[in-house]
Amino acid sequence: MAQSAEHVLDHLELFRGPEYQQMLANKKAFENPRESAEVERIREWTKTPEYREKNFAREALTINPAKACQPLGAVFASVGFEGTLPFVHGSQGCVAYYRSHLSRHFKEPSSCVSSSMTEDAAVFGGLNNMIDGLANSYNMYKPRMIAVSTTCMAEVIGDDLNAFIKTSKEKGSVPADFDVPFAHTPAFVGSHITGYDNALKGILEHFWDGKAGTAPKLERKPNDKINFIGGFDGYTVGNLREIKRIFEIMGIEYTVLADNSEVFDTPTDGEFRMYDGGTTLEDAANAVHAKATISMQQWCTEKTLPFIAEHGQDVVAFNHPVGLSATDDFLVALSRISGKDIPEELARERGRLVDAMTDSSAHIHGKKFAIYGDPDLCYGLAAFLLELGAEPTHVLSTNGNKAWEEKTKALLASSTFGQNCHVYPGRDLWHMRSLLFTEPVDFLIGNTYGKYLERDTGTPLIRIGFPVFDRHHHHRSAVWGYQGGMNVLVKILDKIFDELDKKTSLLGKTDYSFDIIR
Amino acid sequence: MRFVAFATKRSGARRKPIPNPLVYSFRGAGMLVAETWPSGPYCNRKASKDIGMSLATTQSISEIRARNKELIEEVLKVYPEKTAKRRAKHLNVHEAGKSDCGVKSNLKSIPGVMTIRGCAYAGSKGVVWGPIKDMVHISHGPVGCGQYSWGSRRNYYVGTTGIDTFVTLQFTSDFQEKDIVFGGDKKLNKIIDEVQELFPLNNGITVQSECPIGLIGDDIEAVSRAKSKEYDGKTIVPVRCEGFRGVSQSLGHHIANDAVRDWIFDKNGPDSKPRFEPTPYDVAIIGDYNIGGDAWSSRILLEEMGLRVIAQWSGDGSLAELEATPKAKLNILHCYRSMNYISRHMEEKFGIPWCEYNFFGPSKIAESLRKIASYFDDKIREGAERVIEKYQPLVNAVTAKYRPRLQGKTVMLFVGGLRPRHVIGAYEDLGMEVIGTGYEFGHNDDYQRTAQHYVKDSTLIYDDVNGYEFERFVEKLQPDLVGSGIKEKYVFQKMGVPFRQMHSWDYSGPYHGYDGFAVFARDMDMAVNSPIWKKLKAPWKDVPKPSLLAAE
Repeated sequence: MAQSAEHVLDHLELFRGPEYQQMLANKKAFENPRESAEVERIREWTKTPEYREKNFAREALTINPAKACQPLGAVFASVGFEGTLPFVHGSQGCVAYYRSHLSRHFKEPSSCVSSSMTEDAAVFGGLNNMIDGLANSYNMYKPRMIAVSTTCMAEVIGDDLNAFIKTSKEKGSVPADFDVPFAHTPAFVGSHITGYDNALKGILEHFWDGKAGTAPKLERKPNDKINFIGGFDGYTVGNLREIKRIFEIMGIEYTVLADNSEVFDTPTDGEFRMYDGGTTLEDAANAVHAKATISMQQWCTEKTLPFIAEHGQDVVAFNHPVGLSATDDFLVALSRISGKDIPEELARERGRLVDAMTDSSAHIHGKKFAIYGDPDLCYGLAAFLLELGAEPTHVLSTNGNKAWEEKTKALLASSTFGQNCHVYPGRDLWHMRSLLFTEPVDFLIGNTYGKYLERDTGTPLIRIGFPVFDRHHHHRSAVWGYQGGMNVLVKILDKIFDELDKKTSLLGKTDYSFDIIR
Repeated sequence: MRFVAFATKRSGARRKPIPNPLVYSFRGAGMLVAETWPSGPYCNRKASKDIGMSLATTQSISEIRARNKELIEEVLKVYPEKTAKRRAKHLNVHEAGKSDCGVKSNLKSIPGVMTIRGCAYAGSKGVVWGPIKDMVHISHGPVGCGQYSWGSRRNYYVGTTGIDTFVTLQFTSDFQEKDIVFGGDKKLNKIIDEVQELFPLNNGITVQSECPIGLIGDDIEAVSRAKSKEYDGKTIVPVRCEGFRGVSQSLGHHIANDAVRDWIFDKNGPDSKPRFEPTPYDVAIIGDYNIGGDAWSSRILLEEMGLRVIAQWSGDGSLAELEATPKAKLNILHCYRSMNYISRHMEEKFGIPWCEYNFFGPSKIAESLRKIASYFDDKIREGAERVIEKYQPLVNAVTAKYRPRLQGKTVMLFVGGLRPRHVIGAYEDLGMEVIGTGYEFGHNDDYQRTAQHYVKDSTLIYDDVNGYEFERFVEKLQPDLVGSGIKEKYVFQKMGVPFRQMHSWDYSGPYHGYDGFAVFARDMDMAVNSPIWKKLKAPWKDVPKPSLLAAE
């Protein structure tokens, strides 16, 4: 018996002992296992170009996708408004999933309700669930606003949110003037970034365009403010704080729309804050008067930005700008739109990033990278790698579309370091597995699920993306701005150096190259 | 525009409105409740801690009962009338001697209340089928369900992932609008071909239906039958576990059990030959999902007492093990809630008796080992005694180390399956006391078992508790530890309450068996006695104000 009170062994060590290993070996006999030679043969076969070809010929099956469904994005956007309770109309299990998913990434509470539709609602529609649900949520959780979105169940049966919310108000579920913006967010269209877009547009539409016919439309009186939209972003906490700092040192008046940087980073001090921070509802309404809106993620705001442009504002979209040139472009645009100069402080920060890049470039130059994730993040990271002299080799986005493909290809074509790179829209991580076997790279950048690829292919994983479940607190650091670029650079370098040490730490074999100074 | 809201604090002190609109919590009713509830030592965490006694021991049973009843009444005040009426039936205070806990259960959750429950898909794919390691489980429908349940339940297994083992892969049909409009049967047909081509060593396929499948009228049974024929009788199991079915995960378990019956047992027939020579000591572990290795630290005890485990359902399980189970002499059932259905079926159809057991904590483990042994001959009975004796020194050492650190600490639970009752004994072995418990998706037979074998008089019982109720209960009862899930974890930690996830073992485990008890004890200790809980308040806060300010 290996277990003891002095040194308690948990799953990590317990099962490696001889008693358990013998037990597991005996268990095999009952499993009708495949011959180990056959397993090995197939394993080798999955590494071949032949397998890759079959893998890429898939038309129906998706394996290990790097995307989630719309309502997740809707919930993410909704909690960015002051006192807002996301309410997802449809089956309740979905909401349990979104809450778990967000909590596992941010290590924070995630509050959201469901209208708990079941079989009868599938037959008769979910109106009664909406009526009761809104009344209960309103009374229990005292929100300032309830933002409604939908699961695929409600979408398949065709529930009409606008009519349902109207009826609920007539029945007294919530006061007539209580804000209940809504967005249809079918899970079978797009991904979580589409849901973010739809929910944000729904909320702005609500405030700007007459609250579903219950109030006069706002008349735009242009002011000097600038609206800022972060998009669906696993680094929202660190990023939005960094962006606010930049706006403040530039002296720009701004409104961050869907500002969930506080609610996903509340302190532990004896008090649970179900709502915290967020764009105030006044600011959300007044955002119509801003002179311009900046979106950090084009593919998170494909509907929202045109909607804002229709109201007369300038709109500018970036692609998750990471690193030097992307931050330059962001600041120059900010300066142009606001008429404010870029202060010396930021120039010094820029200089420090350049300094860091020159210090470390020899270690990154020429290294090959595979990247996967949301389309804007992939683009932003690829751009940064190019200016570091690294060679992006595979860029894959399960929820990337044709336009993303073209734009990313153009980016790669513009650099000598991007010539050997291929772009894969709509592909999944099982495709990536084949790519890593048949065209190996030095490093992989992606979310937590990349650890399966790291294990299978031996490609070291640098965790940047969403979700990151198995490393803690990275969402608190920015990846935007020059300082964010620095954070990303350090993260990449740490992995490069760790790998160098790992490869040279064989005593008696590689005592050379195991350098104390790198 | 500003508005006033109220913060809820763990200190139990009267709440003050916080005028900063950015810092508030949801309970407008909070102030009312705080003012009307009696204040006393049980409202003040410090008072009870200073005298080194747990809350419950400072009061008589009748006082606790009265307090808990009052607490329920107060909580119900937040609801609209209709909802209050419905929720009242799910909340109660246990009375000793009663046959159940006096709550309604397995009823629909109320819209908008923030239920903690999941869905039938979660019960089937997430719980019952997902851990069967050599089969490919297709999440059939839009991408989300499979994505959110991907690898998150810690069903440990041994195998070559992606080659002959598939638990931690996410196979989805990733439905698009056209699949909704035109139906997904053709796509499913093709998916099965692609699975066969790319994963030739898979031993079977299941189709886990997501909500749209049942709504658009797809015939996944027909597709499965046809494809099975096409692939020489391959096991392909359609599962009708659409998320809108039933009221919780529970129906998903039942549907998944029925699918084993209809598509595996019936397919093989009772006379099919087992792949091994039967012995009189063959048992199957039913309802252990091997979370953090639970089934392994259970199996080792059964084998040490002389039994032979021929199947694990379903943690680290395989299709062959499912198929062989009708040859077992006894089915031993851990998670009654999720697998009683198939156990009953095997009893009726194959005459296999089943016996519930509990491998949490040494008291229940010993009781269970003897109970299981009672179905066999003296050899096994002696084996059980031998095992109990063998592990007694470990039990003594673990208890000696941890009990003094945990004695008298109070616990509130809210979990699924068997755990709201099964873990109570393990806490008691460490000198801790469970003062409140409830089931996410239990039925009345769960509450009967709870009342008759586990909870103490006056324990607060809450069925399908929601965020609001649970927070209120914890805030008022001030337990030393809450055991629940990921959605609850950070809420209570923010409030300053030590917490352990009791679904995933908070990424630890195993907790089953004697080896698991040591891990359980270590983890509860590290949660309750972490030094950080004493540091929540900034040292400069709550300091008496300077006289200058007081004079204002």
